[in-house]
Amino acid sequence: MPVDSPVVPVALTVNGKPERLEVDPRTTLLDALRDRLHLSGTKKGCGLGQCGACTVLVDGRRVVSCLTLAVMNDGASVTTIEGLGTPDALHPMQAAFVACDAFQCGYCTPGQILSAVALIDEGHAGSDEEIREHMSGNLCRCGAYANIVEAIRTVAGQEG
Amino acid sequence: MIPGPFHYHRPTSVAEAVALLAAHGDDARPLAGGHSLIPMMKLRMAVPDHLVDLAAIPDLKGICEDGDRIVIGATTTQREVIGSDLLAARLPILAETARQIADPQIRTKGTFGGNVANGDPGNDMPALMQCLDAVYRLAGPDGSRTVPARDYYQGAYFTALEPGELLTAVEIPVPPAGHGYAYEKLKRKVGDYATAAAAVVLTLDGGTVATASIALTNVASTPLHAAAASALVIGTGLDAATLKAAADAAKAITDPATDGRGTAEYRREMAGVMVARALAKAMRRAKGA
Ligand SMILES: Cc1cc2nc3c(=O)[nH]c(=O)nc-3n(C[C@H](O)[C@H](O)[C@H](O)COP(=O)(O)OP(=O)(O)OC[C@H]3O[C@@H](n4cnc5c(N)ncnc54)[C@H](O)[C@@H]3O)c2cc1C
Ligand code: FES
Ligand code: FES
Repeated sequence: MPVDSPVVPVALTVNGKPERLEVDPRTTLLDALRDRLHLSGTKKGCGLGQCGACTVLVDGRRVVSCLTLAVMNDGASVTTIEGLGTPDALHPMQAAFVACDAFQCGYCTPGQILSAVALIDEGHAGSDEEIREHMSGNLCRCGAYANIVEAIRTVAGQEG
Repeated sequence: MIPGPFHYHRPTSVAEAVALLAAHGDDARPLAGGHSLIPMMKLRMAVPDHLVDLAAIPDLKGICEDGDRIVIGATTTQREVIGSDLLAARLPILAETARQIADPQIRTKGTFGGNVANGDPGNDMPALMQCLDAVYRLAGPDGSRTVPARDYYQGAYFTALEPGELLTAVEIPVPPAGHGYAYEKLKRKVGDYATAAAAVVLTLDGGTVATASIALTNVASTPLHAAAASALVIGTGLDAATLKAAADAAKAITDPATDGRGTAEYRREMAGVMVARALAKAMRRAKGA
């Protein structure tokens, strides 16, 4: 039984910026983003892969950052909500969430938006039913689902 | 919720991974997508001292055709299974099943090999592998061996995998072109493990069933190959009486637990319903309807 875990180096590109960290190997990507890089836009809900609040893009694909260790992502490129747009220049999906009132408390929203961006990229915005199916990894305790689907449909329509 | 401490290893070859696993025996675990193992470690239901990450081993990735078999590397992700043109053409039941596993985020990282090796009766791929009579390729300190999927599972989280061993790939015999197939899964919500599920692959000769294979997910401590149910549909046109008889034969081998998904009686009943639905759907597909 190791008394403690020896620290390991991790190199990540986060929102386009190269980052080098020394982490305890137990550190999840989520905790590395929030506690070490102070990017607190990514939320921790369940910590068990069940809610999607911690969704980020790793090399362009959506993952739950609570169930992947930072070290497993050495060399990867990570996009968080902070890297998607800025308050002055929102990403179209962020703008659509605002326009469609697609959140209430906002806790699930960063994960919803990253997941929605990936969904369109994957080509799964063909119908409301398909959108719902492919947003199934993101729970919203406030129940903003109808407006979330509307926001995604709006952006998919603009791009399509 | 933080796992216990461990040493992290990232070998780049199967030989190196096996050497690490063999050196640490019971204290080491392979790490693939981490989507079953990391939750177990956070809950301290697993406290390995050494994690051997398989992600940097190129030989474990990919899907290829090898004669009349398709070989899927262990670290191929569920997302890659869904996106494979080869599987879509030859073994469409793979993607049909993978699409019913968890949700898109989990399928990005969760691996096919982790799903079959894990030994959780809730996993969906093991019953499908039994249905297809797949063979698992294992590598260990004494060389490689193969174990049929139908012999691999011994109990919940108990499998034929020995400490020091690694699942490298799964060989799946390709059913004939035009075969019928279906994976029918009852779940409380999208992304949930099965209340009960059934995999069916069959072929027809004229209007009657020539070959059939049925297997069940999450209605016992292991996946179940329903041999008797499979045998009794052969030679029939899957009329209502046969569907009922097959469902009854499948139900007879189940031993589900009462849990949040329902009582044992309910889950056993649903196993029968899933078998009847999967058989009917497979028949329609085989007829090209
Ligand atoms: C919210 C949620 C919902 C889920 N829903 C479902 C579902 O509906 N159906 C379903 O089937 N699964 C479901 N899963 C589990 C998911 O599919 C896992 O990804 C899968 O069970 C394990 O694959 P992994 O690559 O993540 O393996 P890991 O978690 O890395 O490993 C799992 C186990 O297998 C061992 N292992 C991994 N790879 C190998 C190998 N090559 N050789 C030997 N041993 C190995 C590990 O040591 C560990 O003991 C769900 C998971 C989550 C978090
Ligand atoms: S915090 Fe990661 S899925 Fe809930
Ligand atoms: S807006 Fe509150 S959880 Fe979704």
